[in-house]
Amino acid sequence: MIEARGLSKRFQDKKRGEIRAVDNVSFDCQPGKIYGLLGANGAGKTTTLRMLATILEPTDGTALICGHDVIEQPEKVRANVGFLSTATALYPRLTAQELVEYFGRLNGLDEPTLKKRVDDIFNRLDMNGFRDRRCDKLSTGMKQKTSIARTLVHDPLVMIFDEPTNGLDIMTARTIIGFIRECRDLGKTVIFSTHIMSEVEKLCDTIGIIESGKLLVEGSLAQLREKYGEQDLEEIFVKVVTPHFVAEESN
Amino acid sequence: MPTRSVGIVYRKELTEALRDRRTVISTVLVPLLLFPVLSVGFGSLAVVLVGKAKEETPKVMLRGGEDSPAIVDGLKKLEKIEIVPLADNWKEQIVNKEIRATVEIPRRFEADIAQQKQDTVSIYKYEGELKSEFAAEKIDKYMNSYSQSVVKERLAARNLSDSVLKPFEIKQQNVAPPEKVSGAAFGGFIGYMVILLCMTGAMYPAMDLTAGEKERGTMETILSSPISRTHLVLGKFFLVLTAALGTAALSVLSMGVSFSVLSYYTGKTASGRAEAAAFLLHLGPKTVISVFIMALPIAVLFSAVLMTIALFAKTYKEAQSYLTPMTFVVIFPSIAAMLPGVELTSKLALIPILSTSLLCKELVAGTYHWNLIALIFLSTCVYAAMALFLAIKMFQRESVLFRS
Repeated sequence: MIEARGLSKRFQDKKRGEIRAVDNVSFDCQPGKIYGLLGANGAGKTTTLRMLATILEPTDGTALICGHDVIEQPEKVRANVGFLSTATALYPRLTAQELVEYFGRLNGLDEPTLKKRVDDIFNRLDMNGFRDRRCDKLSTGMKQKTSIARTLVHDPLVMIFDEPTNGLDIMTARTIIGFIRECRDLGKTVIFSTHIMSEVEKLCDTIGIIESGKLLVEGSLAQLREKYGEQDLEEIFVKVVTPHFVAEESN
Repeated sequence: MPTRSVGIVYRKELTEALRDRRTVISTVLVPLLLFPVLSVGFGSLAVVLVGKAKEETPKVMLRGGEDSPAIVDGLKKLEKIEIVPLADNWKEQIVNKEIRATVEIPRRFEADIAQQKQDTVSIYKYEGELKSEFAAEKIDKYMNSYSQSVVKERLAARNLSDSVLKPFEIKQQNVAPPEKVSGAAFGGFIGYMVILLCMTGAMYPAMDLTAGEKERGTMETILSSPISRTHLVLGKFFLVLTAALGTAALSVLSMGVSFSVLSYYTGKTASGRAEAAAFLLHLGPKTVISVFIMALPIAVLFSAVLMTIALFAKTYKEAQSYLTPMTFVVIFPSIAAMLPGVELTSKLALIPILSTSLLCKELVAGTYHWNLIALIFLSTCVYAAMALFLAIKMFQRESVLFRS
């Protein structure tokens, strides 16, 4: 499970001075549930998820992943997390199998376990046809499957997806959506960020709307519909974000 | 287990490096081909060109000499010199390489010699131009032998022997063994090449494993795995170090083979290249091992420094622009070590690169100053450790890893 407590991240920019990319964000994600972080570009989604994956260190606040603190025990956190985004590319000169095995070994799997795990995943994702092909020779769909296999090889309890369908064609995006659902059905804790409303509507048990680094509202889709008197998630999003956006612009 | 993680990263980086054409070219092919091309190729070309220049019959003009028929006749009879009629623009013709030289014989030259008056014969040439220099050399040689024959005649007329002008002989004799002579002559060059190639060997992988990884988008992928950043840097660092030492080892091997081939073709004559060949063939395993042990900390230093600098870059191209000037930082102290009179002292032993380069010169010559060796090894190890520490620190900095 994920417990974010007052997560904040500030950056120094030469021109703009201090930037609060994430500002005091707290939320919980439960096992077997999908938490959707919805926000526009630059809202702070990626920075939040990078802090949960311990790629970035919070300036203030912290988060617990399966009971491990992201600041104190980053390596234990990463051992329990599968992180997938469009920015997590593959090593072009390794084959699909070598790549998955590499990450399995980095996660401390012994060779017999690794072999069994890789065979299982490759069968499940129908990857045997290209397991010995180099990653730079794979199609986009094959690359996505290899990335999924990479995140699954150590059987993590928590899955973090940062705009996983960004720039993908419909068929590849559907594979990813199906995979996210499968993770939930397997009892994993899932958090994913997106700006695509339909994905959130289809998948999420809880939705958090983020803008200018602040988590403005959270709840189930039904709760948000009731609170804002709108059926369409896009309308709800606009209602939540607009006052904040106008205030930020005037500043 | 730290060693296991570092080993996993190292093996993966090695697999990728061996599959990368650019790395294989810069680390394996360039050092293997550089010396054969430079020494055998250019060396043979130089021999052929110099030989051709020597074989050419240069055209030479004569100014004056109408009243000195014997000397003019002697010049005309000289082999491989063609005396052509004098033209007013003879200077221009030398510069334009139409003729190679002009000899000016003063008026009443032979009559003055008979009366024991001193005159000056001038040889006009194009300085630095090989064929003109050869022509001037031939004329100079002839005029010298003529001068000596005149001296001999004068001494004989006075019933004096040659020893009047040359009361004693001077003979310089070498007491250093041949390997030390060769070491003094070529030791600096060996150090220079080993150091430079350690640097060039490390350069490409250092960029590929840092800026290249950022550019390809795999940095975030690897940072999301449980490996600690220190182990990640060490795994990458060992690969860069392997490339640096591999390049240096292959170059020394290639250098040895090239010189032995050259030595075979030049028949081990007294020429510089043949001496170098003979010397390199006599490089003992002790010398080779000593040079490599001393090259180790410098290779560590280069690998860590290059990785740290390249990590700042967002792209491979940007990294190239940062690292190219580094070549000069390495070349200057390496060349300084080759300058005549620069000797290893305890103060110079603390200057990285220069100290190793100077030490290589001594090691190749078979001189082992153990105090200085220890000082250089330790000081370079300290610099190398500092550079590696810096590289590890840089890998912890988000502003460097995610620079935008």
